[in-house]
Amino acid sequence: MRAGLFFTAALAALSIWNSAPASAETIHVVIDKVAYGPVNISARVGDTIEWSNKDIVAHTATNRDKSWDYMILPNKKASLKLTKAGEIDYYCKFHPNMKGHISVK
Amino acid sequence: MKFNRIAVAFASLLLVTGAASAQGAKPNDAQIAHIAYTAGLADIANAQQALKKTKNKEVRAFAQDMARDHKAVNDKALALVKKLKVTPQDNDTSKSIAKGQADARAKLSKLKGAAFDKAYIANEVAYHKTVNGALETVLIPSASNAELKSLLETGLKIFQGHLEHAEHVASELK
Repeated sequence: MRAGLFFTAALAALSIWNSAPASAETIHVVIDKVAYGPVNISARVGDTIEWSNKDIVAHTATNRDKSWDYMILPNKKASLKLTKAGEIDYYCKFHPNMKGHISVK
Repeated sequence: MKFNRIAVAFASLLLVTGAASAQGAKPNDAQIAHIAYTAGLADIANAQQALKKTKNKEVRAFAQDMARDHKAVNDKALALVKKLKVTPQDNDTSKSIAKGQADARAKLSKLKGAAFDKAYIANEVAYHKTVNGALETVLIPSASNAELKSLLETGLKIFQGHLEHAEHVASELK
């Protein structure tokens, strides 16, 4: 009986866990050899993008619409919490040949 | 116009170097390291001159980026040649780069304000085109050490970024 009750409770807990909305994730972007990797990201509102700069020079992650602009020194990180859905094009203002895209749903 | 002539003269010098390398006299790693380092130093000197003379916010930001990036790449190059126990070797290409950019700065020193800004950025566009071309066609293919080749390849991507940045600043100055 006890085992059965425990099993039912566990199952109930599991179903609650399953029905909860997906928890926010941190999506890692590595900057290496003058490129964002990965270049294209799919994310959800509430997720955080974290850029790590592995290059020998400073870079930026700069939104084309100028709403945000992070300078990321070598061996440093920067992060951004995504607060609304939309398509974001960003680039490095020091090296405009570096381009990235974030699709937020 | 004067700056274009300097850039063309410098480009022809590098073409000559390129022609010589096609005939089997390709630069060795000690010469390649010297050429890359000298090219970086020249652009740092160009940036320092611009920082003294310009009042334009975008031109100033560009010059600061050049000074910072070329120092970072040159510091890495110095650490690498030390590790590889290679002594950078002076050569005609290094000499022509140093002289070409010293001559460009001498001409730029006579200009002021918007005329200086335009001429400085025009020289940066031409200079980065020339150096990037030399990296692609002569220096990277000639490099024998894998770490040196890799640093030059990363350097080329950084400098291609500088070229795009310079072209953007040039279009804003018009």
